[in-house]
Amino acid sequence: MRVLAAMSGGVDSAVAAARAAEAGHEVTGVHLALSANPRSYRTGARGCCTLEDARDARRAADVIGIPFYVWDMASRFHEDVVQDFVDEYARGHTPNPCLRCNEKIKFSAVLDRALALGFDAVCTGHYARLGESGPAATLRRAADPAKDQSYVLAVLTGDQLGRAMFPLGGTGKDEVRREAARRGLLVAEKPDSHDVCFIADGDTRRFLRGKLGDAPGEIVDEDGTPLGRHDGSYGFTVGQRRGLRIGRPAPDGRPRYVLDIEPVTRTVTVGPAESLDVTVIEADRPVWTGCPPPAVPVRADVQLRAHGEAHPATVTPPPAAAGRGPLTITLDAPARGVAPGQAAVLYDGDLVLGSATIMTAHRLAAAPA
Amino acid sequence: MISPQNTEDGRVSAGARGPASDRAPAGAAVYLDHAATTPMRPEAIAAMTEELGQAGNPSSLHHLGRRARRVVEESREQIAEAYGARPSEVVFTSGGTEADNLAVKGLYWARRAASPQRRTVLIAAAEHHAVLDSAAWLASHEDAKVNWLPVDSEGIVCPDVLRAAIEPDPGAIALISVMWANNEVGTVQPVAELAEVAREYEIPFHSDAVQAAGQLPVSLAGSGATALTVTGHKIGGPVGAGALLLARGADPVPVLHGGGQERDVRSGTLDTPAIRGFATAVEVSVMRRDEEAKRLAALRDELIAQVIAAVPDAVLNGPPPGPARLPGNAHFSFPGCEGDALLLLLDAKGIACSTGSACTAGVAQPSHVLLAMGADEARARGSLRFSFGHDSVPQDTDAVGAVIREVVERARRATAR
Repeated sequence: MRVLAAMSGGVDSAVAAARAAEAGHEVTGVHLALSANPRSYRTGARGCCTLEDARDARRAADVIGIPFYVWDMASRFHEDVVQDFVDEYARGHTPNPCLRCNEKIKFSAVLDRALALGFDAVCTGHYARLGESGPAATLRRAADPAKDQSYVLAVLTGDQLGRAMFPLGGTGKDEVRREAARRGLLVAEKPDSHDVCFIADGDTRRFLRGKLGDAPGEIVDEDGTPLGRHDGSYGFTVGQRRGLRIGRPAPDGRPRYVLDIEPVTRTVTVGPAESLDVTVIEADRPVWTGCPPPAVPVRADVQLRAHGEAHPATVTPPPAAAGRGPLTITLDAPARGVAPGQAAVLYDGDLVLGSATIMTAHRLAAAPA
Repeated sequence: MISPQNTEDGRVSAGARGPASDRAPAGAAVYLDHAATTPMRPEAIAAMTEELGQAGNPSSLHHLGRRARRVVEESREQIAEAYGARPSEVVFTSGGTEADNLAVKGLYWARRAASPQRRTVLIAAAEHHAVLDSAAWLASHEDAKVNWLPVDSEGIVCPDVLRAAIEPDPGAIALISVMWANNEVGTVQPVAELAEVAREYEIPFHSDAVQAAGQLPVSLAGSGATALTVTGHKIGGPVGAGALLLARGADPVPVLHGGGQERDVRSGTLDTPAIRGFATAVEVSVMRRDEEAKRLAALRDELIAQVIAAVPDAVLNGPPPGPARLPGNAHFSFPGCEGDALLLLLDAKGIACSTGSACTAGVAQPSHVLLAMGADEARARGSLRFSFGHDSVPQDTDAVGAVIREVVERARRATAR
């Protein structure tokens, strides 16, 4: 196969490309330039898409012995990932930009261009396993649960998975680093990237303030009693405890958490930890890859954020079925800190059945219709 | 010592010792990127490698130093002779970029020091970045005012345009810089006429002749320019050796300070082996220049014919073949394509060419040259430069002609929808 290996400059994508080449594929390395001005994004070893990372990717390709190019994805990345991130916060949601980047950039813009140029697949250093190949492709958790990245890939459709290659899915991180060293890849000891690559200093709140300006509003308790004011509702995430800056302690002295963010009035509701418990979740834009779109309620383990635990649940399709319209996910036991905008990924054991985007979360089961 | 491998026809085969990623995928490599750099001529390799085994700093006073100095001065005389200059007018530099920086910054500083109102720099809009960014730096750090001289749709600066830019306030102009031949689209400027206009107003005139030197009769005295930039690696010499040909009486303020080795205008130990290789390449390329220009023009014309026949809507950028176009340059826009996709597909077929524009982290920006010529951004993005040199053969042209239609069709499908 002719394989395009997306190479970030990190150790994982370098080893993935090396394995694809060793497996006999005709591999071409491509580094995605995601900023029109590379210096404006995070520098050093902590993130992606800097000049240093482009160089590291190029050197890895040299060592592997594959051609290497840089593709300019800056404007697509800005529109589909950065702007989406800002818009989602503005509407009170908590987006996952890595998931969006996989959905819109790596396995859409890059994949489409690769296919048009005559490649058969896109290879990345994600830790996830592919079940079948071809149009019936399925996604499974990585062998190393600590590194599993199936959550940020679960938004991909069967067609996208059918063109994906994840050579690291069966391997642990330590083994990948050892293998990188053995292969003479200089990025073997490079630190993992964390946080959001396009926020240079890691200060999300300041980044959003720069984009969205002041958006002051009230902080209220569950009864609507004003407790204080904030200067931007986008600075909050459901489940957040720190940084509320409420002068008055709760009457019972217990910590308070963000329960809800109302984007129009910019009202942030806070309350005790147990009020974060939700049982019923509505999630839209479902994608099914591990099973056909169900017509009747199915059992699944639901993961509600990256690196979160899986919760046993019953997933009810919309009455019209056929995979359109929001799903209702009823958890067997309450879960905490479920933020609209995150993905609800449905698993059967290791197998990803599908995913959907969380719209609302309720404490109690909705009354039967 | 690694020695380059000469194939039977005398061509230095590119990448013969590289790993798989650097080697042409199948068949012989087709190298059509001589405007980026040219394989060294066998004569230059022989001269330079012989010199690499020698000791001695040309500035040293002992016999080994004198020997090295003799090599440098003989090289200087060869280069002066080839480019219509006196030996004292050859200032060795590390290459074209340094020579351009020295000319633009150095002449600006000197002229301003002599008369503080001289702060305007006239620069053609399609210049190489070494000139462009030097001027922009003067504007942002040294209080200069940069007036960009517009080019026409073929990339030419008309002498009348230069005159019109000077006339409002000739006393405010520190220097003028217009390149001899454009590195992207191959436009040859009327350098002698432009220099004549500059001379009327007694304004120093610099021209970057890096691309022209191997193919056109470049001459400091003949052109009337104050300063010309030349370099080794575009004419079959080594990378890392170039010169500013600097007319007597022009005394730019140095950019590099130190021992003052070159006329007190440029410091740094002279690179004797590279200078000898450079001089050898100059001598050989100038000796063969006229017949070579004819040969390259014929290859270029054949390439244009084959490309247009295969892709009828391809556009040749820059002047039509003739005296206003560099013999070895063909530069096209392929509507509906992105240049980097074309490059990748041709590279996979063993054909090396260029999108012809500057890169940041390897990302091609729309060419400022094409934009200055009035092209829209889509046309600027879909461009590709093929450039011929001393080791080019008709098979190179045929190789492009055989695949260009298929490559363009595929690249069109890949254009972002």
